[in-house]
Amino acid sequence: MNAPILVQDANGVSLAGEWTLRSLMGAEAGLRGRLESLEQQENWNLGAVSRLDSAAAVLIWRVWGQHWPAHLEVGDTVRSTLERVASLPRKKVALPSYHQSFLLGLGRLVLAVLHNLVGVIELYGRLVLDLLFLCRHPRDIPWKEFSANIYKSGAQALSVSALVGFLIGITISYLSALQLKAYGADLFIVNILGISIIRELGPVLVAVLVAGRSGSAMTAQIGVMRVTEEIDALMTLGVSRTIRVVLPKVAALTVSMPLLVLWSSASALLGGAMAAYLQLDFSFYYFFSMLPKAVPIANLWIGLAKGSVFGFLIALLACHFGLHVRPNTESLSMRTTASVVTAITLVIIVDAIFAIFTRNIGMPS
Amino acid sequence: MGTPVIDMQGIWSQYRDVVIHKDLSFRVEAGQVIALVGGSGSGKTTLLREILGLLKPVRGQVRLFGTDLHDPDPIQQRDVRRRLGMLFQQGALFSALSVYDNIAFPLRELRFLDEDWIYELVLLKLAMVELEPEDAGLMPAELSGGMVKRVALARALSLEPELLLLDEPTAGLDPVRSQNFVALIRNLQKSLGFTVVLVTHDIDTIYGLNSHVAVLAEQRILVQGPLDEVVQVDHPVIRQFFGDHRS
Ligand SMILES: Nc1ncnc2c1ncn2[C@@H]1O[C@H](COP(=O)(O)OP(=O)(O)OP(=O)(O)O)[C@@H](O)[C@H]1O
Ligand SMILES: [Mg+2]
Repeated sequence: MNAPILVQDANGVSLAGEWTLRSLMGAEAGLRGRLESLEQQENWNLGAVSRLDSAAAVLIWRVWGQHWPAHLEVGDTVRSTLERVASLPRKKVALPSYHQSFLLGLGRLVLAVLHNLVGVIELYGRLVLDLLFLCRHPRDIPWKEFSANIYKSGAQALSVSALVGFLIGITISYLSALQLKAYGADLFIVNILGISIIRELGPVLVAVLVAGRSGSAMTAQIGVMRVTEEIDALMTLGVSRTIRVVLPKVAALTVSMPLLVLWSSASALLGGAMAAYLQLDFSFYYFFSMLPKAVPIANLWIGLAKGSVFGFLIALLACHFGLHVRPNTESLSMRTTASVVTAITLVIIVDAIFAIFTRNIGMPS
Repeated sequence: MGTPVIDMQGIWSQYRDVVIHKDLSFRVEAGQVIALVGGSGSGKTTLLREILGLLKPVRGQVRLFGTDLHDPDPIQQRDVRRRLGMLFQQGALFSALSVYDNIAFPLRELRFLDEDWIYELVLLKLAMVELEPEDAGLMPAELSGGMVKRVALARALSLEPELLLLDEPTAGLDPVRSQNFVALIRNLQKSLGFTVVLVTHDIDTIYGLNSHVAVLAEQRILVQGPLDEVVQVDHPVIRQFFGDHRS
């Protein structure tokens, strides 16, 4: 490869050799500076340039101050490359900026929250209408998708939710046992574990787990279907996207979440009983026969109801965020994050509301 | 003549147990324009992916500019890759970046050009593929099918490649734009002398470029040579492809 050559003498400036992006990158460091200092020159000889690509042409055109020099010797092909640069429109085009000011960002955020709120309500309304439609046309009920979703979001989550529940049960039981022992109030371990796990921890724990596991998966799946226009293809084939895609997910999670809560709470209680046995010498038989007396059955119903509501919320939010993914990878990742974060936040808010409205129910007298 | 730009010897490729290429050899000299033709599903895109080093053939060797792309040295690999531009069949634009940033991306990666220089170059490439400067602000999802092709071409051209690989560049373009595309490639080829391998089903493009033709059939390169010679070869695939143009 020939290096670009720049010679300045009494007759003006002559360029020779290969003037391409690659040869410029390989050229000696001072070349560009020397070239750019030649702005005043009006005599140019480019006759010996063997190759000129557009990157070098742009550079030379800039050195010339965006106009042809008074005296120029140049071959035809090189001239045509330069002409292409010369004929570029000179106006600046506005390019989109990825940055935004704090105030603008705040405004956007508020609007986005409102927008999402409306969107979720809309989707909810749509689902209600779909349910009414399905009552009149039971043949259209998407049983297969429903059972597939139960399997994916419920059955496949059994092992991980059991493990997490068991470990949390052990931890809480162990820590409480240490405190209770100091006060000689060992017996209350059953009350503490029973109420906190069945009523609070079980549902919230499973909700966080499911939001991270199934919620993100739902958003990503629907989002990719949006990006690749599969959702549009479904609509074109006369298949309702809400009935076929959204409804089975929401229904499946609403049904499978309480079951997961039950399963995971049971596993947590088992872990708790084990720690109580090791720490306080409570037998398993004693622990589980005390449980119904210490924890009124209403707590179980509250826990299951919470599970159902949380499952519904997680799936609804996940589908909403998925359906509003814009067709690019950045939006997909942002929406998936937003889906999980919003779902977990909302679950905790709803849990607080539950706590207020059920404060008189299920407490041991 | 120096080292060939592309040198493939004894290539076997297969996806699981389906054999796509069987003992295929393909050689492209510097400065050639070669149209790769062949039926749909005959393995043209696969061949391009092997040239790019995105796919490793089961057997055989691929050399680009005399170097093996599976060379473990990352700098060597990068230097070779910077000498080629690829237009993917589906465009493969970065969906999160605007048209402008898509074209500017490879230029910025060089860490050699300043932003003004890049700006002018991007506008120049846009003009080359007949897009308006205003289109620079659009996102890939806001483009029509043919515009995606042209932006992808502009991105492929942005590094002033010595080897240009084009997978169906004129599919989705209107006839006038196809002709202009042919004129653009001829023009650039004349002034820069780069090497072009293009996959196409469009006979007019092949005639317009007056290029060499390589026919991919029966899992190998059946013939390769100047257009008028290839057309004379008596083989069902060639007869079918060139049809009544054989005169
Ligand atoms: N990732 C893959 N996995 C399995 N098989 C594949 C894969 N990609 C391609 N194939 C198969 O390899 C064969 C060749 O595919 P290729 O994309 O190279 O065809 P092509 O010649 O480019 O066709 P077209 O002109 O339609 O673009 C096809 O039969 C295809 O089914
Ligand atoms: Mg292909």
